[in-house]
Amino acid sequence: MSKKLYTWIALAALVVLFVGVLGVEVGRGGALPADFEVGPFTLRDAIFYLFAALTVAGAGLTAFSRNIVYSAVGLLTALTGAGAIYAWMDADFLAVTQLLVYIGGVLVLILFAVMLTNRITEVKVSNVSLGVAGGVALLASTVPVLCFVALATPWAAHEPEAFGPTTRSIGNAFLSQWLLPFELASLVLLATLIGAVVIARKELKADEPDPSLG
Amino acid sequence: MPVNYPPAPKHTPRWMIAVTLAAMVGIPALILGAVLVATPLLQPGVLDAALGFGPETSPWTRDLVYVAAVLGLGFLMVNFGAIFSGAISWYERRVAGRIQSRIGPNRAGFLGFFVWIADAVKMILKEDLVPAEADALLFRAAPYFVLVGFACTFVVLPFGHSLAVTDLDVGIFYVTSVTALTVVGILISGWSSNSKWALFGGMRSAAQVISYEIPAGLAIFVPVAMAGTLSMQGLIRAQGGFPWEWFAFRNPAALVALFILFTSQLAEANRTPFDLPEAESELVAGYLSEYSGFRFAIFFLCEWGNIWVLSAIAVTLFLGGWQIPGVTAEQIDAVRGAATVPALAWWGWNALSLVVFTAKTLVLCNVVVWLRWTLPRIRVDQMMGLCWKYLVPIAFGCLVFTLFWQVGVGARPQLEAITGGVLFAGAVVLALLFGRRVRLNIQAVQGDKFDLSNW
Repeated sequence: MSKKLYTWIALAALVVLFVGVLGVEVGRGGALPADFEVGPFTLRDAIFYLFAALTVAGAGLTAFSRNIVYSAVGLLTALTGAGAIYAWMDADFLAVTQLLVYIGGVLVLILFAVMLTNRITEVKVSNVSLGVAGGVALLASTVPVLCFVALATPWAAHEPEAFGPTTRSIGNAFLSQWLLPFELASLVLLATLIGAVVIARKELKADEPDPSLG
Repeated sequence: MPVNYPPAPKHTPRWMIAVTLAAMVGIPALILGAVLVATPLLQPGVLDAALGFGPETSPWTRDLVYVAAVLGLGFLMVNFGAIFSGAISWYERRVAGRIQSRIGPNRAGFLGFFVWIADAVKMILKEDLVPAEADALLFRAAPYFVLVGFACTFVVLPFGHSLAVTDLDVGIFYVTSVTALTVVGILISGWSSNSKWALFGGMRSAAQVISYEIPAGLAIFVPVAMAGTLSMQGLIRAQGGFPWEWFAFRNPAALVALFILFTSQLAEANRTPFDLPEAESELVAGYLSEYSGFRFAIFFLCEWGNIWVLSAIAVTLFLGGWQIPGVTAEQIDAVRGAATVPALAWWGWNALSLVVFTAKTLVLCNVVVWLRWTLPRIRVDQMMGLCWKYLVPIAFGCLVFTLFWQVGVGARPQLEAITGGVLFAGAVVLALLFGRRVRLNIQAVQGDKFDLSNW
């Protein structure tokens, strides 16, 4: 167990290093505005890299763990780390929403489903048509594209003026500029709710009393 | 095989009474005093001014000081939660004894007050068992999830006018979201115990908490819509010191929302009548059946600590928080002075606001304890039915009513004052009737017999 864990930590560190190098390259590529200066390495940067490493390590645990419950715990780590990164980007409302929706809703639902299944350890992979070879091929085909996009895009990098609240502006944007997408998303959710109720309810025979009453 | 306890002492010795009373006054005074002194002083602005930080300071020094301050505040808040949950565990057992016509713990110190310290020592000394077939890693980790979910709420819980670790702009929203970690902890503890009772308890708890988060969230929207902010301090500042200026009485829907929120929070904290996850008579002890020693203690610490959290949230949102009658928050702001360390008058007002907030919260904590020993546990289907068939629709109604109400208040500002007066008068009448009913009940059983010999 511990050897595996160290392996994953090392891999996560490698990935974070790769991302860091790529970031520096992006900065060197002239994609940043002319007045943008990369400051010295501070404690804040260290904490940011810690959260980034946590996110990646959690994602790795989710993807590679043989036990679904451990995958769920890895997902918890990854989602919390993503929330922390949102907080770093001056998006307090988004960070808390991430916590509420993904951990309070999605993750608990996943745990719920996982714990009601038996034989969760040693999952048998039923679809073996794309094994390791397929995965490697996919990796080899996507990583260069992503790297190229990262290096070639003129990123709009800017330091936030000051860490300020965002809730009010998000609310105003939802009810003015983005009203139609907002309402459409609500409609989609409503349809999902109705669908869930239709699937979940019992078919009642005409002569049976309804057990949910009384 | 009866155990031969020593006979109860005829009289509690005087020195024991003195020591116990000193502890009863001293321990809360000490921790609340620490909160009063530390929270306003360990803020970034004050630290910058006190240590002479400017733009030329190395960011490493500055950030390390901030981190140390945050760690100090975190340590303080976790200790506050621990001491409160210990004290309320003693109080709850004493109240249960009174309600069930028995004595309750009365040996450790005067009134048995030191029983929670004795319990803590016992828990620490017990063996930390892990069941053979359990998932050891997750089994050991689960209490920490619960503890983190509980401790994180103290980041934004206010204690007084300027007494909060920080005043996040998304305060109340943040509180509702960190409780999710508690659910995860309960689920993981239930599953990793590898015991069917624990698993049932975890399942029930998760179903309950997820369901009751919805009416709780909708009820929280009502004061948020009235105040126009999510921050805890902002919600309190939008209210007033006198009862008819509280949100609970300013709007009829808010009064309903207060009851909905309180009920939902009780369900989320797994308190009776919603203690299905722990139903001792059905599930051994629910999700913590297999736990022993200090891990068991952590679960119970969080459970009792949650009484403070839920009462403080209700007080903040609906009952005026720390607002002192007759003194506005702006007046307290004005006496602060421009110095790094605030003026003495400011500290006095802050201490008073701390007393007001604590008193209100303790009254609600007392209600929570009462409920546990008065109401029977409800069935699972009743629990779900109450949530989805009653609380959610009523909460939706309250929210819609509040939105129209705010439009009306915008047009006719005196509407709130009239409603506040009328509803508060109604509440006073109800309280008087309640007192009268209690008096009649006591008379019906030929007077309330206080037997002080067994205290």
